Amino acid sequence: MTDTAIHAHGLTKRFGQLVAVNAVNLDVPRACVYGFLGPNGSGKSTTIRMLCGLLTPSEGEIDVLGLRIPQQAEQLKRRIGYMTQKFSLFDDLSVRQNLEFLATVQGLPRQQGKARVDDLLRRYRLDDRTEQLAGTLSGGQKQRLALAGAIVHKPELLLLDEPTSAVDPESRRDFWEKLFELADDGTTILVSTHYMDEAERCHRLAILDNGNLVADGTPKELTAKLQGRTFLIRADAPRKVKEALEDQPDVLSVAQIGNELRVLLRHSDEHVDAFKQRLQRIGLPFDVESVTPSLEDVFVAATRRHEEQAA
Amino acid sequence: MNLRRLWAIMLKELRQLRRDRITLAMIMGIPILQLILFGYAINLNLRHLPAAVADQAQTAGSRAAIQDLLASGVIELHATAQSPQQLVDLLREGRITVGIAVPPDFERRKLDGREAIQVMVDGSDNVVQAAAGQLAQYPLNQPDNFHARVETPISVVSFYNPERRSPVNIVPGLVGVILTMTMVLFTAVAIVRESERGNMELLITTPVSRTELMIGKVLPYAVIGLLQTSIVLLLGVWLFRVPIRGSLWDVYLAASLLILANLSLGLLISTRAKSQFQAMQMTFFVFLPSILLSGFMFPYAGMPPPAQWIAELLPLTHFMRLIRGIMLRGAALGDLWPDSLALAVFIAVMLTLAIRLFHKRLD
Ligand SMILES: Nc1ncnc2c1ncn2[C@@H]1O[C@H](COP(=O)(O)OP(=O)(O)OP(=O)(O)O)[C@@H](O)[C@H]1O
Ligand SMILES: [Mg+2]
Repeated sequence: MTDTAIHAHGLTKRFGQLVAVNAVNLDVPRACVYGFLGPNGSGKSTTIRMLCGLLTPSEGEIDVLGLRIPQQAEQLKRRIGYMTQKFSLFDDLSVRQNLEFLATVQGLPRQQGKARVDDLLRRYRLDDRTEQLAGTLSGGQKQRLALAGAIVHKPELLLLDEPTSAVDPESRRDFWEKLFELADDGTTILVSTHYMDEAERCHRLAILDNGNLVADGTPKELTAKLQGRTFLIRADAPRKVKEALEDQPDVLSVAQIGNELRVLLRHSDEHVDAFKQRLQRIGLPFDVESVTPSLEDVFVAATRRHEEQAA
Repeated sequence: MNLRRLWAIMLKELRQLRRDRITLAMIMGIPILQLILFGYAINLNLRHLPAAVADQAQTAGSRAAIQDLLASGVIELHATAQSPQQLVDLLREGRITVGIAVPPDFERRKLDGREAIQVMVDGSDNVVQAAAGQLAQYPLNQPDNFHARVETPISVVSFYNPERRSPVNIVPGLVGVILTMTMVLFTAVAIVRESERGNMELLITTPVSRTELMIGKVLPYAVIGLLQTSIVLLLGVWLFRVPIRGSLWDVYLAASLLILANLSLGLLISTRAKSQFQAMQMTFFVFLPSILLSGFMFPYAGMPPPAQWIAELLPLTHFMRLIRGIMLRGAALGDLWPDSLALAVFIAVMLTLAIRLFHKRLD
C-alpha cells in the first residue's frame, strides 16, 4: 500500500467545446484532509466525479486507492464515500430509513448495519429525529445526515463536494470537527469549497480556476510564497488611490475593504519604502503597512498569473 | 445479483410509493374510473336524447306513432315545434339533438308505403352521426351538418352493435389499456425522477449493480400491475358480468407478460429521457398508437397495412388478442402462442436494451 490515496495525471474533461477540467495533476496523501478551492464553475465537481468514476475523463490517468479509474470504478465504489453537492438522500424516506437503506446497499450484514446506524444517529445528533422525513430537515441536519450516509460503510476515502454551502458558521465548525475525527481514524478526505476559511483548515489544498490547477501545497507553503508582496493602504480617497494603483505595472491586484486597500504586488523584492516613494508620485495622502498574505491573496495571485500566461 | 440489495431497493421504492398520494390515487383510481366511464358509455346506448316533435298531421295515427317513439326511451321531449324549419332551428341552436317531423300527408304516405316520419339528427355529434350513417337511406336537402333520416323507433336502437360495443368486449381490452397507460409511465418517471432529484448520483456511487437497480425498481410496479388487473377483472365480472371463459391463471399470465413488456419499455424510456416531462411525452408517443391501433378502439382487420405493421410492434395489440381469446373464447395461452411469443421477445429486447443503455455514469 502506498501513501498516496489519489494520483491523477493530465486529467482533462471536455463538454463539447467547453474545457471544464484542463490537464490537472493531483496527488492526495492518505489520511489527509485535502481541499479543493475554486470559484463557481472552476471544475471542482467535475474533477471529483471523474475521481469516483461517474464521469469518464476526456484525457488523463487516474489512480485511486491503487485502482485504475474509470476501468475499475466498480471495485472502488465499495471503498469510497461520496457526498454530492446537492442533497441526494431520499426526501420522502425517514432519517433512519435512509441510513438503513445505505447500510444494506453498502453490504453491511443486518445486525452490524443496525448497530452502525444507531451509532451514527447518536454521533451525528440525529437520534431525536430518526422518524422525521429527510426532506423536512434543516440545512445543517441534512448535511449531517448526508455525511453519516457517506461514511456508513467506513470508507477509506471520502469525497465531499461543497458539503457546507448554505450552512451557518457554527454548523460549519462543527462539521469540520467531524472531518478531522475521521481523518484521525485514517480516512482520506477530499473536500471542495469556495470558503477561504475552510481551505485554511485543510492539511493540503489545490486551487482550481477555470478548470486549471493553479496552485497546490499546504496553506502555509502557499502563503509563504507571497511574503513581502502584500500591503494594506489607508487613504482618505481610497477609490482614487485604487485607480492610480491599478495603472502601476507591478501591482497585481487592488481590493477595497472598507476604507482600506489591500494591494498584491507582482514581485516581493520591493521594499516598503520603495513602494511608498513610488506611491508618493500619485500625489494623494495615504498610509502603507506590510501585512501577512492570506489564502485569498494566494488565490488572486495564482489566478492572475495564470490568466496572464494564457494571454 | 445480491438479493439483500435487491430487496433494499424494492423496499425503498414501496416506502416512497406509500407516501406518494398522487401515484397511489392513480394506481387505484385509473382502473376504477376507466371501467365505470366505459361501462356507462356502453350502457347509455343513446338514451334520453333531447328531442322536439313537429306533428303537422295531427291525426290519431300520427299521435300514436309519436307516443311509440317517445316510449322507446331513446328520445325525450324537450321542445315543441310547428314546422320542420323550426326543428332545424332548434337543432342548430343545440337545444335538441333529434327532431321528428310528421308531414301533413302522414296517413297517405303510410298507405303508399312511403317514408312517413322524418327523424333529423344532429350530425355534429359523432355518436349520433354514426347512428345516422347506419340508417342512411337517402339524404334530404338540409344544411350540411344535418342529416335527415326516416326511421321507426326500433331501428334507432338497433344501430348500436351490441357485439362491438358491449362491456363484454371492452373490459378485457381495458385491462390492457390501463396497464399500458400506467406501467410505462410509472417506471419511466420513477427512474428519471431519481436523476432529477439527484438521488441517482448517490445510488450509482454505491456498489448497487445495474441489474439490481433496474429490477428492484421495476418489480414493485409489476405487483401493482397485477393489482390493477384484479381490480378491473373483479369490477368487470361484478358490475358487467363479463365472462372469464378461459383459465384465470392464463389471464394473469397474459397480464404479467404485458406488464413486463410495458415495464421494460418504461425502463428504456427512462434511460433516454432527460426529465420527467420528457418521459411523459415519450410515454404518450407509445400510448396513443397503442390505443388507436391495437384493436381496442378500431378493428385491426380494417386498418391499412402500414398501420397494421406498427400495430404488430405494440405489446397492447398482442395482449388484446390474448385476453379476448382467453376471456371471451375460452382459449388457452398455449393456443395463442404467436402472440405470447411476440410479447416475450418484446420483453427480452427492451430489457436488454434498457440495461445496456443504463450506465452507472453521468455521461
Ligand atoms: N454535464 C455537463 N455538461 C456540460 N457542461 C458541464 C457539465 N457539467 C459541468 N459542466 C460545466 O463545466 C464547468 C465546471 O463545472 P463544475 O460543476 O465542475 O464546477 P464547480 O467548480 O463544481 O462549480 P460550483 O462551485 O458552482 O459547484 C462549468 O462551466 C459547467 O457549466
Ligand atoms: Mg460543484
